[in-house]
Amino acid sequence: MAVLQAKQDALAARIAGLNLEHKGWTAEPRAAALARLTAMGLPVKRDEYWRYTDPAVLTAAATPAAAPVPAQTPAFAPIERLKVVFTDGVFDAAASDDLALAGVEIERLATAGAKDIHWAQGLYGQLETRGQVPVERPLAAMNTAFATDGLLIRVTGRAEKPVALIYRHESEGSDAILHHCVKVESGAEFTLLESGAVAARYNTVLEVDVAAGGHFHHIRTQGRDHDRRCVTHLFARLEEEALVKSFTLTASGRLTRNEVILELNGDDGVAHVAGAVMGEGAAFLQDDTIFVTHAGERCESRQVYKKVLRNGATGVFQGKILVKQGAQKTDGYQISQSLLLDEDSNFLAKPELEIYADDVKCSHGSTSGAIDETALFYLQSRGVPKAKAQSLLVLAFLAEALAEIEDEAIAGDILHRLELMLGAMED
Amino acid sequence: MMNTHVAEDDIREGVDRETIETVQAMAGKYKYGWETEIPTEYAPKGLNEDIVRLISEKNGEPEWMLDWRLAAYRRWLKMEEPRWAMLTYPEIDYQDQYYYARPKSMAVKPKSLDEVDPKLLATYEKLGIPLKEQALLAGVEMPEGERRVAVDAVFDSVSVGTTFKAELAKAGVIFCPISEAIRDYPELVQKYLGSVVPQSDNFFATLNSAVFSDGSFVYIPPGTRCPMELSTYFRINAENTGQFERTLIICDKGSYVSYLEGCTAPKRDTHQLHAAVVEIVILEDAEVKYSTVQNWFPGDEDGKGGIYNFVTKRADCRGDRAKVMWTQVETGSAITWKYPSCILRGNEAQGEFYSIAIANNAQQADTGTKMIHLGKNTKSRIVSKGISAGRAQNTYRGLVSVHPKASGSRNYTQCDSLLIGDKCGAHTVPYIEVKNNTSRCEHEATTSKVDDDQLFYCRSRGMDEEEAVALVVNGFCKEVLQALPMEFAMEAQSLVAISLEGSVG
Repeated sequence: MAVLQAKQDALAARIAGLNLEHKGWTAEPRAAALARLTAMGLPVKRDEYWRYTDPAVLTAAATPAAAPVPAQTPAFAPIERLKVVFTDGVFDAAASDDLALAGVEIERLATAGAKDIHWAQGLYGQLETRGQVPVERPLAAMNTAFATDGLLIRVTGRAEKPVALIYRHESEGSDAILHHCVKVESGAEFTLLESGAVAARYNTVLEVDVAAGGHFHHIRTQGRDHDRRCVTHLFARLEEEALVKSFTLTASGRLTRNEVILELNGDDGVAHVAGAVMGEGAAFLQDDTIFVTHAGERCESRQVYKKVLRNGATGVFQGKILVKQGAQKTDGYQISQSLLLDEDSNFLAKPELEIYADDVKCSHGSTSGAIDETALFYLQSRGVPKAKAQSLLVLAFLAEALAEIEDEAIAGDILHRLELMLGAMED
Repeated sequence: MMNTHVAEDDIREGVDRETIETVQAMAGKYKYGWETEIPTEYAPKGLNEDIVRLISEKNGEPEWMLDWRLAAYRRWLKMEEPRWAMLTYPEIDYQDQYYYARPKSMAVKPKSLDEVDPKLLATYEKLGIPLKEQALLAGVEMPEGERRVAVDAVFDSVSVGTTFKAELAKAGVIFCPISEAIRDYPELVQKYLGSVVPQSDNFFATLNSAVFSDGSFVYIPPGTRCPMELSTYFRINAENTGQFERTLIICDKGSYVSYLEGCTAPKRDTHQLHAAVVEIVILEDAEVKYSTVQNWFPGDEDGKGGIYNFVTKRADCRGDRAKVMWTQVETGSAITWKYPSCILRGNEAQGEFYSIAIANNAQQADTGTKMIHLGKNTKSRIVSKGISAGRAQNTYRGLVSVHPKASGSRNYTQCDSLLIGDKCGAHTVPYIEVKNNTSRCEHEATTSKVDDDQLFYCRSRGMDEEEAVALVVNGFCKEVLQALPMEFAMEAQSLVAISLEGSVG
């Protein structure tokens, strides 16, 4: 009990300065989230779910400072997109495009949240609540209770271009809590892009509800800002024949915890999540924590995570596939691999399966090791300089994760970014 | 007979009536479920310091041993029972057990096997473990003198007898009950007891440290290849009695031993606790093979009765090039909580773990291994086959940890699960922690059901469904079965078939 008390004390300190005075339709889900959160308290490293990542810096009352790093090559620049800019976690109307797109309704949480009724009432905090079982996610509940801004997006048709959330981090001590909701109606299609650092420290939740036959694509890059500390959550629920594909590129940062919670609720759903990580330096810790639940029949899920780690960087992967009773003909696949470029780097993995149905095909694999000396030797013997050869092999290693991006232009842009990063490493 | 009713709607299409009837007739067949009626003396029920003192006194232990037990007991009082495993069972009442039970005829320790109560000898005879100094385990016939196994037979809380002691002594091998070793070889016991599994290790190991009553002790001197296989056979007979045995194996430089362990218990309605500790110390260039066929009473189809098996097994490869191989066939117990581990401390040490865990009816198993790579160029290999049937839950839980200094290490892990029926569960919880880049770790896991094509083929060749499933499952387990010593391989193969009886249809 002493442990719970300490967690609750930490919570009280953490939320002391946060605003709980909310009017309108969000007041109720926020109050419910606060009740959940109070019962759990904040996470500590002793929790099984945080055994490899110390959440202290995410739960500390004081915001650790992080110097802003000016954007060099903006992500997704060549992609035709609708830009929505958040500066230090606040919607920046001047820098954003007009929030109008055929077949898509876009509103700000900060303003739309004050209304009395809203379509997002059935979504805001709902998937997060479902995601609390069987594993507690106090930081997600904290987000629902205290989110200051975010977008509420409803997609009714086929969006003609992606919506790009561009985050700008300008103030050294900014601390942001953003909460986005996306509802993809039956048969609709939508692509969401995210790039940049939200703030010095941030906590984001993205709740995505995909109705029957709907498609949702999500591609994000997290990079450049060396002192970033963040936790992100993607909660997605898929109904019949729905599709969700999410890809994340992570580079730099001190602590990045990306949680993905997918629920295949209807039959014949398809959910793919993938991540490519470039970790550098002893201060770097990146954690992918995935939970995929198969409740419907004949669903397919894939988790593909590739981490390149060097100079003492640490990569964490905790992935789980839960196949419920009756979820027959499930096809679940999970791979987590790391390439350790030097002696000091660490890879910590916990790939789990929990299966209660007999007619299923589930597999997981996890490997870690150094670059293949034979391949490196071969390339060098063909006249490729060592550094270049190493980059080529790293790219080849990451290719399986990149292949999860469906749109070729977007995949090309991500590949270009990776080449730039590797080019910098070659020098 | 037990309730073997199969509801109409549970019957799958394509299974004929005859098969179902055969299965019903065979369900609940646990070969070793009988009881030996023998006058038994018990320590008073419950656990307190006096019980710990009593056990120590019954074993005629020196002061230091009693102090060691009491220290463990005091520590245990402050510990919490671990609940992280995927097991659900009601609260265990540690005061509602007997911690010591021995046949009255064992009050005066028999000097040789000839003096042992014939009833006890008959018990082991019936179990297929004749306590005679000749060849050996059931089902295998071999010319006399070719392949022999020395047996230490543990009945409830005491060791009944140990065979081939004299012949082993000629080779310098010490093989005796641990209660005897504490008296006769105190310097060895004091040096190694608790050095692999310390008193503070975990709740069940600490409990064992306080109340262990007997077990086996093995010492293989330097450069000696043990002339025969050693084996311990555990039998729980008394009701409401927990069995807590402790095994300590010390393999000195360049020695080798193959050790077998078997266990059975009578069929009862109530659960019984079994919390054992096995410690193995392996010095330079030595090698130990430890094989277990665990066949405790699994409980009936409804989960009534059965053994709660909480076991801590660990091998410490202290010297360079030390080798250990754990092989286990887990078919019994209502609850299995067991993680035989390898600490690969010496350079180029090797650890291997081969496991078959079968859970049928209401059984639950949470088992796996830990491979701790500390030395350079250490190697480990894990092959785990989990089979779930009925309403059983089967979990593989394992840790592969490669420390920064364990450069050039190698691990390969393969965990496969097989599900028979749509009400059971198969789970995999591996932890992989790699802290240097010259090591390579590979982990693979698959989950599938019994392949329809393979079943159909067997059926088309005239096998009935039971036989076909048993054959396919045996094929699935082949890699592990092959790692077992021959006697055990035969027994294990038939056990696999027996354990799955009643799971089809």
